[in-house]
Amino acid sequence: MTLDRRTFLGTAAVATLAAPMVRAQGKPKVVVIGGGAGGATAARYIAKDSDGAIDVTLVEPTRKYYTCFFSNLYIGGFRDLASIGHTYGTLASDYGINVVHDWAVGVDRDAMTVTLTGGDTLPYDKLILSPGIDFVDGAVPGWDITAQNAMPHAYKAGSQSELLKAQVEAMPEGGLYAMVAPPNPYRCPPGPYERISMVAHVLKQTNPSAKILIVDPKQSFSKQALFEEGWQKHYGGMVERIGPDFGGANVSVNPDEMTVDIDGAVEKVDVCNVIPAMKAGRIAELAGVTDGNWAPVNASDMSTKADPDVYVLGDASAQGDMPKSGFSANSQAKVCANAVRGALTGSRVFPAKYANTCWSLIDENDGVKVGATYEATPDKIAKVDGFISQTGEDADLRKATYEESVGWYAGITADMFG
Amino acid sequence: MRRTGPGISLAAVVCFGQAAAAAEIGDAERGEALFEQCSGCHQVGPDAVNRIGPVLNNVFGRPAASVEGFRYSTAFERAGAKGLEWHIDTLSAFLENPKAIVPRSRMSFRGIADPQERADLIAYLRTFSASPRDIPEADPTAPPTDHDVDPEILAIPGDAEYGAYLSSECTTCHQAEGGDEGIPSIVYWPEEDFVVAMHAYKSKAREHPVMNMIAGRLNDEEIAALAAYFAAPED
Repeated sequence: MTLDRRTFLGTAAVATLAAPMVRAQGKPKVVVIGGGAGGATAARYIAKDSDGAIDVTLVEPTRKYYTCFFSNLYIGGFRDLASIGHTYGTLASDYGINVVHDWAVGVDRDAMTVTLTGGDTLPYDKLILSPGIDFVDGAVPGWDITAQNAMPHAYKAGSQSELLKAQVEAMPEGGLYAMVAPPNPYRCPPGPYERISMVAHVLKQTNPSAKILIVDPKQSFSKQALFEEGWQKHYGGMVERIGPDFGGANVSVNPDEMTVDIDGAVEKVDVCNVIPAMKAGRIAELAGVTDGNWAPVNASDMSTKADPDVYVLGDASAQGDMPKSGFSANSQAKVCANAVRGALTGSRVFPAKYANTCWSLIDENDGVKVGATYEATPDKIAKVDGFISQTGEDADLRKATYEESVGWYAGITADMFG
Repeated sequence: MRRTGPGISLAAVVCFGQAAAAAEIGDAERGEALFEQCSGCHQVGPDAVNRIGPVLNNVFGRPAASVEGFRYSTAFERAGAKGLEWHIDTLSAFLENPKAIVPRSRMSFRGIADPQERADLIAYLRTFSASPRDIPEADPTAPPTDHDVDPEILAIPGDAEYGAYLSSECTTCHQAEGGDEGIPSIVYWPEEDFVVAMHAYKSKAREHPVMNMIAGRLNDEEIAALAAYFAAPED
């Protein structure tokens, strides 16, 4: 299959030799791969701000996109699945974006074309990759993607989130939920721990004698003091975490037996949420812009170190200090959109400014947040200033923080999907 | 600085200055008629007693939740403890949307949208507060101008195109269409109000961690650019 694809790519490159001439006569073309927080935002801003001067194509396999952010709140029962699902109709109808629901399976950077599963090729002047994450093969011994029904990752939202929620609700009385947490760097640093909070919230109501076990290769994690305080306060005794000092980094699983082996001690579990080590979505690797697991980019405009006409946004990029979050991807997309538009139409290009805030829900109306601003330096995107919620905050502040996160969700999804 | 209040609630209502600035000095006679909608719960005048709501005599300059013998909601007591005081600006913002200033108070009143009506009502209440009464320009009857933003900063002309680019940082949270679910609307503000609000966040006179961080790194020209853009945002 891979061989066929490469062969095909070779011929496609020959077939499109005449393309640059066509391009020179027509509007400049931007192809965006991936319709999440990075890609949808970039496509929308380029289309919106160029007023039709740039031809924008967005390639996204799914017709309905479920945001990873707030998918934990779905698991916890605070959102329904429909409320985190979004379609691309407005981007097509109101912004004139050519939305193609297909997989991008190859990039020919010499011919400047993208190949789709269906065999079509899309020429580009600028290519923006925002493919999110894939999992590192063999990261958790015993688990691979074929085991994702027995042991869901639920780290791409949608059917995986539904599956994990159903498994939690079906746990036997007093059962055990295990999470194999990922090593750094990974998508959404507080995400696994917000998920623990949401699972605990469900179990406290329906199955209060159940237990939660986190097997974690990391010494520490995002918002740790806030989560640990919250778990103690709301779910005292339910959550146990095994860090690397106690074997948390030496873990394997057996999806057939539903067991987890932690440093030689085998635990039988009822639900096993395996979140393996991550890498850039596959198309970044196929495009040849990755170095190791991620795609290094220039901090000033998110263009790749490998190719000034190819940009990588969000989780897939190696950019410096920003966490891999939807907020970060959205922020990077706007800097990138401004730069791409400037390069193609001569519009004004302004200096890069980046920001991130991550809200997490610990229990009903108990929201916390962490955020920072960033600037472009020659080496990387570097942190400037930041803040984090404090332990011991009063209930009104935590409620306001949660309500703010609900407002943010409405804001960022409007910013992505129009 | 007297315009301090319960950190979160006031921070949630970013349009404080705007609300008060829009109101002219009110007409106490019209305010008396408007007070009818309050009188089911509140009394004023020499014989006033606490009823469902507290007496509103001498409300100007008084900390929230400080009438003796009245049982306040926890929400109001907290607001008072955090420093909310009743002046023309706080009263106007509160009357515009009580639940936004003191969430979960027991006062069931949806608010008065018209700034002139609020000003009239406040002028009426003003007649039941201690001197200096009948001096229209004296605090607390005059609209507030007590921000400390340098007039030269306020006079900087904003580069709306730069503001449009910078605004993309705002619209991650604040909706470009102006929705205000959990996060306030920031579109179609008068430029001066916008500049004053942003400098209040920049100096941390107004507290909110995200806004302190975002405003903290904006320079005077960038704040002016944002104000120019948001005063008349494009579609």
